[in-house]
Amino acid sequence: MPAESILSDDFIRELMNVGDVDIVVGVPTYNAARTVGQVVQAVRAGLLKYFPRERSVIINADGGSRDGTQDLVRAAAISDLSATSDIHALRTLHSISTQYENGPANGVALHTILAASDLLQARACAIVSPESTTLEPEWIERLLRPVFRDGKDLVLPVYRRHKFDGLLIRNLVYPMAKALYGCSVREPYPADFSFSAELGSRFLEQDVWNQEQGRYGTELWMTLWAANAKCKLAQMFLGAKTRREDAPSDLVAAMRETAGTLFCSLEAYSSVWRSSPQLVPAPCSGCEAAISEEHSRLNRKRLHDMFTFGVKELDPVFLSILTPPTHERLKELAELPEDKFAYAGELWARTVYEFAVAYQKAVIGRDHIVQALVPLFRGRAYTFLTENRDASAEMVEQNIEILCQAFEKEKPTLIDLWDGRK
Amino acid sequence: MWQGFIAELSRTMDEILRSFGRFLPRFLEMLLLVVVGGIIAFVLSAIVRSILRLARFDKLSEHTGAAHLLRRTALPSPTEMLARFVFWVAWIGFILVAVSVLPVPWLWPHISDFFVFLPRLIAAVFIVFFGLLGATFFSRAALLGGVNADVPSPRLISQTLRVMIIFFVISLAFEFVGVGSRTVLIAFSLTFGALMLGLAIAFGLGGKELAKKYLERRFAREQYPREARHEHEDELSPL
Repeated sequence: MPAESILSDDFIRELMNVGDVDIVVGVPTYNAARTVGQVVQAVRAGLLKYFPRERSVIINADGGSRDGTQDLVRAAAISDLSATSDIHALRTLHSISTQYENGPANGVALHTILAASDLLQARACAIVSPESTTLEPEWIERLLRPVFRDGKDLVLPVYRRHKFDGLLIRNLVYPMAKALYGCSVREPYPADFSFSAELGSRFLEQDVWNQEQGRYGTELWMTLWAANAKCKLAQMFLGAKTRREDAPSDLVAAMRETAGTLFCSLEAYSSVWRSSPQLVPAPCSGCEAAISEEHSRLNRKRLHDMFTFGVKELDPVFLSILTPPTHERLKELAELPEDKFAYAGELWARTVYEFAVAYQKAVIGRDHIVQALVPLFRGRAYTFLTENRDASAEMVEQNIEILCQAFEKEKPTLIDLWDGRK
Repeated sequence: MWQGFIAELSRTMDEILRSFGRFLPRFLEMLLLVVVGGIIAFVLSAIVRSILRLARFDKLSEHTGAAHLLRRTALPSPTEMLARFVFWVAWIGFILVAVSVLPVPWLWPHISDFFVFLPRLIAAVFIVFFGLLGATFFSRAALLGGVNADVPSPRLISQTLRVMIIFFVISLAFEFVGVGSRTVLIAFSLTFGALMLGLAIAFGLGGKELAKKYLERRFAREQYPREARHEHEDELSPL
């Protein structure tokens, strides 16, 4: 399917009015009225301040918001920045909002932005999340400059985050991607990132856009694809990223987007992870102190209770997924009182690998396999919170690296299970 | 008189021999059809077995729970069961065709009844198979959804759903083959009605507070501040 065919006629007309550009900044949205205005304002300020001579366009791909998100984007795009700052435009900064079909799905929004960027022959494209409320104009410069001026293919963010934020990334995605693909980027599932025109075109050529990964978890798929295609990666420290107070936390959806995408990738890149891949170079600029240590109000007891409850109730499901020794060990773990409970890195890595093999063999419905991992992840999250309760930023980093080693150590188990030798 | 008796006897004997002469080729024809039918049925079942093995039918049956059910009752694998089913249906079909060759008129209506019944039987088998598939899928989905949403007794909900779907499927299959359809329908209606009434009473008496909380959460979000809902807890931040 040609990339342009997913763009509506009206949208193509608007893009043709803009003409060729140098930079595209894409903002995928869905019911983001609370935050999108300030994000678009910051993007505009960043483009006008740091790229005044380049032809730029902001493209909002909306999944059918009912809270006036698109109106807010349009309003933010025509507001006069020079009234509140010393920024003066040298060129017209265009801003287009379109509603894509078959949404809401972030992957479809990305596909729309990629296709538009390709049509406009942009040299660099940045994606920013409407949830990035701490976005500063400097973020746009930091994301785009390595692509635009240093020839990087993909620039991924590094944020200063709370040490207990991004638990699924720290306990599953990062260690597994590092152990299997040598992809050691801290945010493999980025909210804000940028890529070159060439990489954008290569993404568009892939046969993923009609699959599940082309709808959800697409950013992670892009990172893994670029890492395995030996593209030039870079990481850029952007600043603090805080969660919205009312941010929804759908763990099952997050598990589908991350674990689902990772498990799917094992089949596509089996030749890579079966060998011993070298670390993919991804130099990080200004990546110190990436963790903040504020007080957390996470309820650990609830995590523990939900783990034990899950292990007990999902026993018939785990029988189909896990090997008997791992299943037994989990049952023993679920019997332990809270003060003695510890879901060790090795056991967690082994569990994840067994789930990945079960996913590949489709021993039960694949979505059910991913859902069944959720209660076990809660147990691992409990251990992570306990281990790092009083840990400094450096100690948290060390513990994450120890977990990466556990994933590395358990890799032969994955290979044996994959080949049916166990 | 004696001569008349002999003549009658010889005529009767002639008739018996003639009848036997007429019957014997038909009987041999029937035997031939039975043997050829057996061979064709065997070949058919072998083809079905190979196709099912190639299509990993046993794995699919694992998903439906049918394989588990068969293992528990010490029956062969689902592939083997279906292959044998095809063998017997095909062979019985040939046997009946073969029998219809015989000059036994009272058997013919029964044979044609069987051939009318056969497609229904096959359809009923398919209904049961896909019904089991649906029952396992939906009950597992309910179990996982319940566990992840921290709903009390998810396994009970899941098993109830499974039993209800299986009951419904079996009643549908019986309805299809036309065996005791009214009885099964009445039994299903009674069980379903009793279950719903029981659940309504149980929720009414025991889940009053739960229902109240749910309705408040669902419809009065604005009046129910977030802090109160989560008792001053942070949400887990996975990404």
